[in-house]
Amino acid sequence: MSTPTNPSRQQPARVGEMPLGSRAVVFGLREAGVGVALLLLIVVFSIVAPYFATTDNFSVILGQISINTILAVGMTFVILIGGIDLSVGSVLALTTVIGAAILAPTVMTGIGGFGLDPLVSIPLTIVACLAVGAGCGFINGFVTERWRVPSFIVTLGMMSMARGASQVLSNNSTITGLPKVFKDAGNVRFFDIVPAYFVIAIVVVLVAWFVLRYTVFGRFIYAIGNNEEAVRLSGHNPKPVKVAAFVICGLLAGLAGFVFLLRLKAGSPIAGVGYELDAIAAVIIGGTSFSGGKGSVIGTFFGACLLQVLGTGLVLLGVEDNMRVIITGLVVILAVVFDTYRSRIIASLRAR
Amino acid sequence: MDRSVSGPERLDDASVTVAPGAAGSPSPLIEVRDLSKEFPGVRALDAVSMTILAGEVHALVGENGAGKSTLVKILSGVEQPDGGEMLLNGQPYVARGPQDALAAGIRVVYQELNLLTYLTIEENLSFEHLPAHRGLVDRRELRRRAEELLEEVGLDVPPDTPVEELGIAQMQMVEIARALLTDAKLLILDEPTATLTPREVDRLFGIIRQLTAQGIGVLFISHHLDEMKEIGDRVTVLRNGQWAATRDVAAVTVAEVIELMVGRAMAEGFPFREQVVLGEELLSVDGLTYHGNIEPVSLRVHAGEILGIAGLVGSGRTEAMRAIFGADRATGGVLRVRGEPVHIREPRDAVRAGICLLTEDRKSQGLILDMTCAQNTTITRLEAVVQRGLLQTAREAAETEALIDALSIKAQSPSQVVRFLSGGNQQKVVVAKWLFAESQILIFDEPTRGIDVGAKFEIYNLIWDLADRGKGIIVVSSDLPELLGICHRIAVFSKGAVVGELPREAFSEKAVLELAYRNYLATAAPAARAPMNTTGMPS
Repeated sequence: MSTPTNPSRQQPARVGEMPLGSRAVVFGLREAGVGVALLLLIVVFSIVAPYFATTDNFSVILGQISINTILAVGMTFVILIGGIDLSVGSVLALTTVIGAAILAPTVMTGIGGFGLDPLVSIPLTIVACLAVGAGCGFINGFVTERWRVPSFIVTLGMMSMARGASQVLSNNSTITGLPKVFKDAGNVRFFDIVPAYFVIAIVVVLVAWFVLRYTVFGRFIYAIGNNEEAVRLSGHNPKPVKVAAFVICGLLAGLAGFVFLLRLKAGSPIAGVGYELDAIAAVIIGGTSFSGGKGSVIGTFFGACLLQVLGTGLVLLGVEDNMRVIITGLVVILAVVFDTYRSRIIASLRAR
Repeated sequence: MDRSVSGPERLDDASVTVAPGAAGSPSPLIEVRDLSKEFPGVRALDAVSMTILAGEVHALVGENGAGKSTLVKILSGVEQPDGGEMLLNGQPYVARGPQDALAAGIRVVYQELNLLTYLTIEENLSFEHLPAHRGLVDRRELRRRAEELLEEVGLDVPPDTPVEELGIAQMQMVEIARALLTDAKLLILDEPTATLTPREVDRLFGIIRQLTAQGIGVLFISHHLDEMKEIGDRVTVLRNGQWAATRDVAAVTVAEVIELMVGRAMAEGFPFREQVVLGEELLSVDGLTYHGNIEPVSLRVHAGEILGIAGLVGSGRTEAMRAIFGADRATGGVLRVRGEPVHIREPRDAVRAGICLLTEDRKSQGLILDMTCAQNTTITRLEAVVQRGLLQTAREAAETEALIDALSIKAQSPSQVVRFLSGGNQQKVVVAKWLFAESQILIFDEPTRGIDVGAKFEIYNLIWDLADRGKGIIVVSSDLPELLGICHRIAVFSKGAVVGELPREAFSEKAVLELAYRNYLATAAPAARAPMNTTGMPS
């Protein structure tokens, strides 16, 4: 029982060590694949599209990526446990309305116009956006787990409810007139290229990556996505972890709402329509398995970048915006098709 | 007749006149010759030959894993044989898929019924051959057929009743009626009476007699040996995948049939380790009740002891173990670990109490296949590899490495993904994860299923080592020689109840089987009871 060495280790086992080349291919087929595709795309557009390789353009792209990156990171948590959250776009709208109502000294209609000092209103806005987002996420997760309703249905309901609430609270109008300090903060660019709120997005990516990789919570996220029953039979309760994934997704939707305010300087009940689809697309392109358990936020980040670079590049090439939407959809489908081949290729390399 | 006769008691020559009630002289309906089938690690069928006559009820019996299911699967085209041939009405019969079997008139009514729950009886009956008129379903024809078939099986229910509204017995009648639609020649009934009341069983038998009178052959598979006596014309006994005997039912007793099922000399090749001293009582279960339970279950396991749990498939063994572990909630009873009562509502409580369950289905319940050995191992006690909330992957790898060495797991490294390990090594990873959790009571459910022979003995050695270290072990197994070979004591389940316990001195395949079949016999004949030690067991 306590043999010091395992003799079987020296001889080739049934499933042999993979040759170095194959391992490189396997790695390349994971997140790095999206990264390579992204680099290629940037290089190609830099050559063929006028103005693409300019600092102004890159600055715009970084700005545009920020919101989708934050939403997609949250979505990654939910998809990793085998769920889906369709409500993030609507929750974002709700938080922009509430945030703008707190920030704006006066409003024309709807709630708000509290006339708060920016020193008070800005921190209050941050807290409100995060709390409202996390609250919506908690409802999504709790209903999904408590009554075993598919998350697709629960979050579809939340999508409608949050949108409706944002319309009621704002009385169907856009809330503008945010304090100057706040607007200025939204315009801050480091080195004239990197918007301040892009830094928020990057920090979110890094923290999420760290949490998924090095914490017990992250380990459970992957384990539950792979085999929830095995986790339960190992003596753990998967439900709180799953609810937490939805809370994180909602919280990040709230944070994305705050970034929306920074970037567009207005809260709107029609903000974020279709954002949930962009976020899901980024996650899928980034290589996260739709059935859960496999994937990473680094891949998601690359996926979000790829979508935006593709969109901007096509616009600069003079492709009509409608055409761009079609091409984006095509890329999502191709990514999923490619994913099925990827798993097959990896399996066959392993089996050798 | 050049078929190789592998046993002395061959009575199934086509010339033998049996099959009362058959129209005309009975002719061989289906002949199976030297049929073999191998699955990884197990020879499920080994040159089995038998003949089913037209118009007879042919009972097929054998203990768990004797090859009954495999034979049915080959007849119905679900599995392909590795060797041998089949003749249907004297013509070669090859079923490459279920469609071929259906076309040839071989129908199976499985225990788990295959009906479309939300559709009506008539739609279910004709589903495979919907009568159509210009692409539309011909409702009138559908109804006409249904009425005819329902009358044939004597089911008096409107044909437009949705199947979900039927009782289980009625569903079974619908299944049989469906089998009749396509001009069945051979009807295979797999445990048809398991869920029926005695009256429904009588009704079913009436229908079976009607069918055989029309010349249909029936292959009847059941745990209930007295039903074999009642309805069967002949009985074939399988043993370890081999043909053991075919007898006229009238000329054989239940006890003789059990005798025929008993195979090899016991404990062959199992160097059983005598446990010198049994330790304290680790686990005691008293009056455990759970969903589907017939009689409260009581068991106890001592430190260093290996308790075997025997019983036919479906006798409630696994359910009892799942209830002890909290995988399914128990409805009553008292569990004590080292004399202390523990309340187990979910697996978490059991793990805390030092009890673990190594499930029958490793891949879907025991392991997270796409994660690494290390990740699978430490999941039971992650707090041991966490510092300040963060996973210490180096420590995790080291801990796993130690277990990989200790259990001789053939894995490249702790970071090898479990999916790519062999079955035996996957099982060892499951053991590793529970050793990591420092479990004291290990419940193995079918620990060697799907594991090849060499690796099986490694698992046995592992189980013995665990017992040596003072763990309490429960092994549930359908492999009787395995239980006889490795256990100190065997508790036998029969139809949802523990009917007896055998100490090692009383071990024999016959004794276990007699207990296992006891509650399936309508009137338990006292004479059939083995001399046994029922250490205070309610029975």
